Amino acid sequence: MTRAVVTGIGIASPNGLGPTAYWRATLHGEAAIRPITRFDSANYWAKIAGEVPGFEAGRHLQGRLLPQTDHMTRLTLVGTDWALRGAGVQPNDIPDTDIAVITAATAGGYEFGQRELQKLWHQGPEYVSAYQSFAWFYAVNTGQISIRHGTRGPGAVVVSEQAGGIDSIGHARRQLRKGVQLALTGGMDSSLCPWAWVAHQASGCLSRNNNPKRAYLPFDRDASGYVAGEGGAIMVVETPESAAGRPGTRIYGEIVGYASTFDSKMPSREPGLKRAAELALRDAGMDASEIDVVFADAAGIPELDKAEAEAIKGIFGPFGVPVTAPKTMTGRLFAGGGSLDVASAILSIYWSAIPPTINVENPVPEYEIDLVMNEARHGKVKAALVLGRGKGGFNSAMVVREYR
Amino acid sequence: MSRRAVITGVGVVAPGGIGTKAYWKLLSEGRTATRNITHFDASPYRSRMAGEADFDPVREGLTPQEIRRLDRAAQFAVVAGREAMSDSGIEFDQLDPGRIGVSLGTAVGCTTSLEREFIVGSDRGKYWEVDQSYAVPHLYDYFTPSSMATELAWTVGAEGPVSVVSTGCTSGLDSVGYAAELIMEGSADVVVTGGTEAPLSPITVVCFDVIRASSTRNDDPATACRPFDKTRDGLVLGEGCAIIVLEELEHARARGAHIYGEIGGFASRCNAYHMTGLHPEGIEMSDAINIALKQARADATDVGYINAHGSGTKQNDLHETAAFKRSLGAHAYKTPVSGFKSMIGHSLGAIGSLEIVGSLLAFEQDLIPPTANLHEPDPECDLDYTPLVAREKKVNTVLTVGSGFGGFQSAMVLKKVEGAGR
Repeated sequence: MTRAVVTGIGIASPNGLGPTAYWRATLHGEAAIRPITRFDSANYWAKIAGEVPGFEAGRHLQGRLLPQTDHMTRLTLVGTDWALRGAGVQPNDIPDTDIAVITAATAGGYEFGQRELQKLWHQGPEYVSAYQSFAWFYAVNTGQISIRHGTRGPGAVVVSEQAGGIDSIGHARRQLRKGVQLALTGGMDSSLCPWAWVAHQASGCLSRNNNPKRAYLPFDRDASGYVAGEGGAIMVVETPESAAGRPGTRIYGEIVGYASTFDSKMPSREPGLKRAAELALRDAGMDASEIDVVFADAAGIPELDKAEAEAIKGIFGPFGVPVTAPKTMTGRLFAGGGSLDVASAILSIYWSAIPPTINVENPVPEYEIDLVMNEARHGKVKAALVLGRGKGGFNSAMVVREYR
Repeated sequence: MSRRAVITGVGVVAPGGIGTKAYWKLLSEGRTATRNITHFDASPYRSRMAGEADFDPVREGLTPQEIRRLDRAAQFAVVAGREAMSDSGIEFDQLDPGRIGVSLGTAVGCTTSLEREFIVGSDRGKYWEVDQSYAVPHLYDYFTPSSMATELAWTVGAEGPVSVVSTGCTSGLDSVGYAAELIMEGSADVVVTGGTEAPLSPITVVCFDVIRASSTRNDDPATACRPFDKTRDGLVLGEGCAIIVLEELEHARARGAHIYGEIGGFASRCNAYHMTGLHPEGIEMSDAINIALKQARADATDVGYINAHGSGTKQNDLHETAAFKRSLGAHAYKTPVSGFKSMIGHSLGAIGSLEIVGSLLAFEQDLIPPTANLHEPDPECDLDYTPLVAREKKVNTVLTVGSGFGGFQSAMVLKKVEGAGR
């Protein structure tokens, strides 16, 4: 079977731009949830978010791209540039039809969309941007990446809320198996504008606690919802043969297992997260005992935390595996979140360290999970399981392993 | 033996009628269902026509809560999904739910609901800081289109892989291609797939207006979409939905199911050219066609019918005509081509699935639906576009293509399965 290795990682996270800065901050447990600056949150009950600071799109992208892109597309394009640079891929290294682009989306370029909706309804149709037909829509990041890098292979976009960031990478691996050499994949998301914020609040999942240290506490007895953030990861995933074509290419790790399942509406049925994890392990041909860390979905909502803890306990036994949620530093990043977790798992393997879960002080004892709290744990990490759930019932799991 | 994905059930909501029968009647008679927009006051806009579905959610059996909760596009998906389930003859509650998946295509998701709620929350755009107190309870479901896959998954009882595939105007082809991959790789035995779109709201009309992609033949809406005709002046929007039950071949055979056809091959390509423009040579679409044919183990000369994208813009007509010639060579000139958008308009992320269903019905009926409104062929488009009147022809292999904003080019080869009669 065709193998899939990660050779480039582009990250834009609230606590760091680029894999080095992100990893340093994440190992140190650097919190990045803060009062919202992107818009005036005075009239909203939720007032904190994980914003990506210090990102100046104009320093990275040509001016002509700015009027036609939402913030999330700018993050995506810059993240893709970094991933390609990290992987050492030069134009023409790989035939353009052998490169796939598979991204995840949640709500599209919402801020762009709000601006154009406001122009339409307040000023009139003649004020609407000529770019509105594509700048907000869910497929935009794949299209823009393809144009920027001249890739002419398969293109796709999957939407399954927070699980989509994992699904996109799973689908990229599928493309490698169908014959392409390299895929640019993952998700970068951003929906920090008033119109998106009203929707986030309506989800019923945001924490009503506006103390950044006490708002997002997955697996804690004080869990009260999550905090929304922006950012994510775009990765270069390719076959080992393709990577070998560029001598000196660093291989961070390998994607060895993936599966997705869905939760029934019927309460009598067991939620599908455990099944997704088991199927991903089976796909990897691995036993649970070979997993050194679980990157949890960490919803921060008591019922969902309980379900996830039960799934983990069911597979690994009580306190059977270290569990971590670095997203406690950034908030949940939607389509970007699953991808950033996979990137974090790969970096864990590469740097032999498990980043901590922050702010959680009182994990629910009945969950019986070994939550990595406050401090990173150093030591060999050979394989990791990444879990992701999307609102509405989506479950995805991915197994990554050191490359050998 | 490798696993094969076959179609065993279809369901449709389309302009001109609800249900597969009404849809086929329209296509086979070559009638058009595009008209002046009635869903809202379109008088301020440049293009004021669309293919509208006469869809009454109450008559279609949706409950008051479903009607309140679901965007119109999700309502379409539930109604067409129920028709497809029943048509397939599968007892869904007898299957292992973990082996049932969903892959739903949509280009713009729940924008109609989002725009409606934005107008209220912002008081017609007056406030940038949208008022939180006007948020409706299901706003987050409109915010992300994955909610529509959730709704369809609940309808069919799926607990396997579930996702939305959103690649603009090729979503309806790509979602079915994705579903076929899930079956072939063994992740599911049954995948309920297709595309749905209900984009007829001012913001969507305007975004095609501002780039002058839509037709302005507002005084003659029934004949406004004229693919391959030299008088064409742009696309006409539409709405609709087609849901397809895709099943692993042996699974379908074991229960003696009626098999419409097989997804023989599927490929997508990015054109890396322009977010809204097409290169007249059609290289990427041709690449996608070649790969799809190869997967289907079909030669160019096997193709008996080409279901075109046929959006009604000159650049599209030249682009796909070039792609067909590039891939099929001399055989392209002998193969009937037709475009359904001339009859039902362009329903963005749904149209690819509506075209698949129409093509499958062409298999069943040995009849190729025509390109409507094609009276004055563009001399630069010199293939056989099946003008005005359906044509009787026995076809075993159909090629259907799609092309969309973002540079997406997709091709699918549908094949008849031998020994699969009802």
